[in-house]
Amino acid sequence: MNYWPLLGIAVIVIGFALRFNAVPVVVCAALASGLLAGMHWPQLLALLGKSFIASRMLLLFVLTLPAIGLLEHAGLREHAQQWMGRLRGLTFARLLIGYLLLRQLLAMLGLTGVAGAAQTVRPLLAPMGEAAAEKIHPGLSDADRDEVRAVAAATDNIGRFFGEDVFIALGAVLLIQGFYAQRGIELTPLSIALWALPTAIAAFAIQSLRVYLFQRRLARRARNGAGA
Amino acid sequence: MLSIEYVYWLIAAFLLYTAWRNLLERQFSRAAFWLLLGLLFAGGDGVLAQLQAGRAWPAQVAGCMVIALAMLAPLLRRRAHAETAQSAARLASALRLGHRLFIPALLIPLVTLLVALFGSHLFIGGMALFAKPQMALTGLALACVVALFAAARVAQAPLYRGLGEGRRLLDAIGWAALLPLLLAALGEVFTQSGVGAAIAALASAALPEGNAFMCLLVFALGMVMFTVIMGNAFAAFPVMMAGIGLPLLVQRYGAHPAVLGSMGMLCGYCGTLLTPMAADFNLVPAALLELRSPYGVIRAQAWSAAAIFIITFIAMWLLAFH
Repeated sequence: MNYWPLLGIAVIVIGFALRFNAVPVVVCAALASGLLAGMHWPQLLALLGKSFIASRMLLLFVLTLPAIGLLEHAGLREHAQQWMGRLRGLTFARLLIGYLLLRQLLAMLGLTGVAGAAQTVRPLLAPMGEAAAEKIHPGLSDADRDEVRAVAAATDNIGRFFGEDVFIALGAVLLIQGFYAQRGIELTPLSIALWALPTAIAAFAIQSLRVYLFQRRLARRARNGAGA
Repeated sequence: MLSIEYVYWLIAAFLLYTAWRNLLERQFSRAAFWLLLGLLFAGGDGVLAQLQAGRAWPAQVAGCMVIALAMLAPLLRRRAHAETAQSAARLASALRLGHRLFIPALLIPLVTLLVALFGSHLFIGGMALFAKPQMALTGLALACVVALFAAARVAQAPLYRGLGEGRRLLDAIGWAALLPLLLAALGEVFTQSGVGAAIAALASAALPEGNAFMCLLVFALGMVMFTVIMGNAFAAFPVMMAGIGLPLLVQRYGAHPAVLGSMGMLCGYCGTLLTPMAADFNLVPAALLELRSPYGVIRAQAWSAAAIFIITFIAMWLLAFH
């Protein structure tokens, strides 16, 4: 067994720890691990180029930017914030927990591309979340504002991840089924997807609780701010 | 027929436009960065086709271009995107347009949804309108174009204003946009150079004999750790299953394969929430939301991930051996 390619991981860990720009760190790690595995430069360059090109779909989100940019120029975020301010019953926690539920249900139906950081969080969920947070804590600091946006993005990720595993015709379930089938163990996709349900429910409960606790923390900060 | 290749060309056109605008503003390293990336997107299908035909040099050129991008990236200082309209003007526009502003934003998920649901039933002159592979992604691209036209109509602004605003946002995201692709490529290089096999060998060497609980714990933590390193649970799964899951847990201790596979994968997903290597879920949203810390989203997720992992592990221990 050749353990030298593991040094590629060390390059990543050290590079991220020292806060170097992540792009060259990642490329250096790939080159280090390929060369230590005994690949030659021509082979390694071709592998790097091919795998980069093969994952081009990961940049698809940039196509949302012109429409989102134009709408933000015309006041989309200001409108989302004003509208949230008028909806009395809709608290920060209710908004995010409602979104979490919707995101998880859509992902369970295999509709993961419908929402996301570029499609829904930046134009809609984050500004609405900020407005809802301002109803609790009017003197929201910049750090608080960052935290509100981060919680919105986290809620989006968790809803997606722990919903999509329940969908039978996509990614994870087929990968698991394929792995076993190659080794002579036949499973139906449904029997695999079923066992993702307990975690899906737990993830919903845990994230909802954390959103609620974050709201309470905001309220406490508001009281402390008013007292001081 | 609309297929994913056209989507890549559309992205390439947007990247080249961004490069052109930066060139006009004499931002030369930015212009070179987006130009190289645009060329990789436009020429990508050609490179893959040449590789199929046995010619490796275009892929090697692409590899050199990736290295050039890596050298340009540190020169791109991230800048908060300058707002083009004053906040008073935006507020006035928001008051004037009201809920109409939501329509184009909601068109993005809506059109994507419609294409995902009904795309395979649409035909024009006997030809399928959408190509089968990655129809949902083609739908998302179409939705973005539709939304841009709708946004221009609602905001009563010309289309090029949309391109300009989009380019401004792309410059604000900067090199972070590149990370998801690079990390996917890194995962592929790691796999080809045997990093996975080395980790599986280390994990099984560290394993105590004859203890099903410890073995399950090493398997679950291994899924998390390996996902943190690779940024992707799908890469971790075959390695951990082939190293520990199948030979030890299923074949020696009699764990239920469906429970082990499903919940083992979910342990890996908890790792995805924790790692900057999963840039498209963790670093890109932080850049999109213009957070000061690139790790803000990971920080917001960490305790949720830990709690979900513990619950999943306990459920796996209780369910897998019955």
